[in-house]
Amino acid sequence: MGDWGLTETSMDNYEISSLSHVEMSPSRHNNLMSAYSLPSSKSSYSVISAFCTEDNIPQCISYINQELGSLGLAAHIQADPPGRASLNAAPALNAMYELLQIHRRTMNSVEELEKEQLKKTSTLEHMQTSNSRLKDQLELSIREKSGLHETERQLQLKLKTLQSCLKTEKDEVQKLQSIIASRASQYSHDAKRKEREAAKLKERLSQLLVDRKDKKLAIEMLNSLGRSDGKRSHWKTAKATASREAEMYKSLLSDYEASQRALMLENAELQKVLQQMKKEMMHILSPCPPLNRGGSAEESQELGDSDREERSAETSRETLDQSCEHAREQLTNSIRQQWRKLRNHVQKLDNQASLVQNQPPSNAEVIPLETHEQEVERMRLEVQQCKEFIHAQQQLLQQQLNTSFDDETAALLNGCYTLEEKERLKEEWRLFDEQKRNFEKERKNFTEAAIRLGREKRAFEEDRAAWLKHQFLSMTPFADRMRSSSSDGQSALSVKSEPEIKTSSSKVPPVKSSAYTTFSTPKPSKSAAVPSTIDVCRTLRLIPDYSSSRHSNQRRWQESGATEDEESWLKSKSKVCSSDLSIFSLDEDKNPLT
Amino acid sequence: MNFSEVFKQSNQLCKVSPDGKYLATCVQYRLVIRDVNTLQILNLYTCLDQISHMEWSSDSLFILCAMYKRGLVQVWSLEQPDWHCKIDEGSIGLVSSRWSPDGRHILNTTEFHLRITVWSLCTKAVSYIKYPKACQKGLDFSRDGCYMALAERRDCKDYVSIFVCDDWHLLRHFETETQDLSGLEWSPNGCVLAVWESCLEYKMLLYSLDGRLLSTYSAYEWSLGIKSVSWSPSSQFLAIGSFDEKVRILNHITWKKIAQFEHPAIIDNTKATVYKEIEKRPAVSSDEMSLHDITVASSLFSTQSKYDISPLPVQIPVVKPDPDRANPKIGVSALAFSSDSRYIATKNDNMATAVWVWDMQKLRLEAVLEQTSTIRCFQWDPRRPRLALCTGNSKLYLWSPGGCVSVQVPAEGGFQVHSLNWHCSGDSLILIGKDQLCLCYMDTHARSMHKKVQQKTIAIFCHN
Repeated sequence: MGDWGLTETSMDNYEISSLSHVEMSPSRHNNLMSAYSLPSSKSSYSVISAFCTEDNIPQCISYINQELGSLGLAAHIQADPPGRASLNAAPALNAMYELLQIHRRTMNSVEELEKEQLKKTSTLEHMQTSNSRLKDQLELSIREKSGLHETERQLQLKLKTLQSCLKTEKDEVQKLQSIIASRASQYSHDAKRKEREAAKLKERLSQLLVDRKDKKLAIEMLNSLGRSDGKRSHWKTAKATASREAEMYKSLLSDYEASQRALMLENAELQKVLQQMKKEMMHILSPCPPLNRGGSAEESQELGDSDREERSAETSRETLDQSCEHAREQLTNSIRQQWRKLRNHVQKLDNQASLVQNQPPSNAEVIPLETHEQEVERMRLEVQQCKEFIHAQQQLLQQQLNTSFDDETAALLNGCYTLEEKERLKEEWRLFDEQKRNFEKERKNFTEAAIRLGREKRAFEEDRAAWLKHQFLSMTPFADRMRSSSSDGQSALSVKSEPEIKTSSSKVPPVKSSAYTTFSTPKPSKSAAVPSTIDVCRTLRLIPDYSSSRHSNQRRWQESGATEDEESWLKSKSKVCSSDLSIFSLDEDKNPLT
Repeated sequence: MNFSEVFKQSNQLCKVSPDGKYLATCVQYRLVIRDVNTLQILNLYTCLDQISHMEWSSDSLFILCAMYKRGLVQVWSLEQPDWHCKIDEGSIGLVSSRWSPDGRHILNTTEFHLRITVWSLCTKAVSYIKYPKACQKGLDFSRDGCYMALAERRDCKDYVSIFVCDDWHLLRHFETETQDLSGLEWSPNGCVLAVWESCLEYKMLLYSLDGRLLSTYSAYEWSLGIKSVSWSPSSQFLAIGSFDEKVRILNHITWKKIAQFEHPAIIDNTKATVYKEIEKRPAVSSDEMSLHDITVASSLFSTQSKYDISPLPVQIPVVKPDPDRANPKIGVSALAFSSDSRYIATKNDNMATAVWVWDMQKLRLEAVLEQTSTIRCFQWDPRRPRLALCTGNSKLYLWSPGGCVSVQVPAEGGFQVHSLNWHCSGDSLILIGKDQLCLCYMDTHARSMHKKVQQKTIAIFCHN
């Protein structure tokens, strides 16, 4: 290998030198000169040692001049006048100097070339080693490839055998399956045959037993028993058969009826839940009049509790009434719409959440109702007293029980004590009942008084409104123009004068109807003209009214149950008849949600 | 908890009358009637041979004693001790005898299921029902005693006949869609008849009283199917235990599956409580043994046990069944609803030491009782959600939603509880051993007047 590389290097050298011939003009000239000088050397071999002799100085000079000219040097060596074998020194020296210069330059370039050649050689060497390495790699990969090919071939072979195996296995399975199927059918056939034989045998056996008049087959009894139901047995008649059938169908029917009843109950229960959900949703979604609910929630809760039963009875009746197809469709539709609204609403709330948190709670003014507060306070006190009373009784009883240690005497004493205690308790219960009745009466009175108060207040409000309007009209220069639209102005003013509605907008009447939609008639004219109990109660803080500000929404969610009871109570109390809820919901749906 | 004295019995024949007043036990060929409260012997009847079956009539006035080997049935009256009745089935043989629900007829099944003979005690009349099918449960009376359903086999086809028990009038007769009917059972309200296929195929058929097919249910194909069936007392649910170790619950409206209870070997359900019975043997050193070996020996056998709540997950021991043998010991073989239909107890055969209790309201596993030995028998209290079980040792185990109790039966001579029966009031339990029985009273205060009752109470409470 080394030898081969060396030979190559020499060849390269030769090539490089030939290349340098082309580029470097001085060297070419040198060569040319040698080529040129070759014939002369042949002709005068003897004088070659001395280029210049005494005799040929002018020839030499001319030759040198020629040469210099060909080298591009301007200096002309001039010979002295003929006959004198001397040179003009200055041009000759100049020429020599230039020649030396040229020589040095050439030497430099030669050096550089040598260096370059060295570098090239080293790169070449590097290339050669890398080349050999790559060749090795190639060989290796080729070998690897062939190995892989071999394994692949083997695997394919294996695959083929496996496939064939699978096929045979599948065939086997099929065969086995068919065998199993045939065996099963054979087995079932045999079983049937055996069974038939057994049946025949049984038949024969029983026949034989009957034919033999088996004496042993007998019943011995002292005397016959009566039927368990005490009745006599009946003859088997067609009528009896029919009655059996009828009885069977009756029992079936009763079962179906029972199951239907259960299903209906369940259905009603679910409808109730649906209704309640719908109502609560409506409450949440309805644009609420800006009224401070204040501390009235608690009182309203109490009032709501007392009439819970009444409300539930009403709802159940309502749901039963609405069990027809049409109502159900309406109900589901409205529920769906309201659910959508609720979703939008919740989304909106989410968006506003940060804003709402920063807002301070709006303090709408609270009109304290002295009588009401006092009454409630009194009632609470009474309740508290009753509770204490009961507690004391319980404690006494407990003590009584604890003190009794001796079994018999204790039992005896206990009997006496309990009797006495019972009597006393009865008395107390009576008293308590009376108190409760009084309590109820008072509450009723109070409610009526509150209603009256509300009416009066309403009348007063209206009076004031009329007066204000009158004042206003008398003050304005466009009195006659205002008078023409007096009916509109009146209603708007009357609405505006209510303390709960602060914002007066062009959409006041529809907003109002939607707000009261659950507990007032759908006719807004009536609700506007006559002050309903609801208004009264709201003014009296009987109803927790929703404040319009967004931040109280959270609380509304929590107390929706209580308010729900509240309003249904009011609904039952007020003479205003409530019509179908689903119809309301449709009204409600038309209103834009604020 | 109090226990009575131990009485003798044979063939595990001891039953409380349906009205709960009397206890009948059989000792060889004698029938002994006792008062349940005082345990005093009221009557003693002698039969002609060893009694192999005994049953009270529904009105608690008569007792039927069957002697299958002799083909004889003897009936005794409680009110008139000298009244007697003997029914001889003759050479045709006898394999099963039972009362009709009215307590005035006796239904005898002859050998080879040739026929069912209906004997009337009112008229001495005898009638035959031919072609009864020999299967797991081929005959069932409705709960109200009005109807009887009977599986029949004719011409290699299954039929069901519905009789009116009052006059044995054939009300309906229909062919069922089964290859090989295995059993039938009335719903407790008597309006639906559940009919199931033999274990070769999973198939449950539901028929109305008038013979209409209401629904068919099949959970899977090919592998072994239904192993046990139970109606809930409310008729709302039908629980089906199968060979795939699962219980499927069907509802009574659509007859579709509403729940599926699996019996995994590893329990990691955090809602379930796993009670593990732990036995503690009193440590006896060798030198003590030599000193008084008899007393120590007796105490050696009476190991104490208590329940521990195992931390989850729990591995339940599983026995792999032998695939080559018929009726493999795998799958749910026993299921029972509590009287209020709130709970269902199940037993999976390849986890023989565990009883599973499921909550039917929440449809999930409520508790698992892992015993140290194989479960022999479990039964719900007829009044309360309380489960009693025994494992063939001298202890009685009780489960209720509040917790688990293990009670040592304080009888001499190693009384081992093989089976148990609740009294219909739920106040006492009859514990049946190999040839003895003993009563266990649940509440102590009402029974304190009985002198015979031994005041030995060992109750180890585990939970609450």
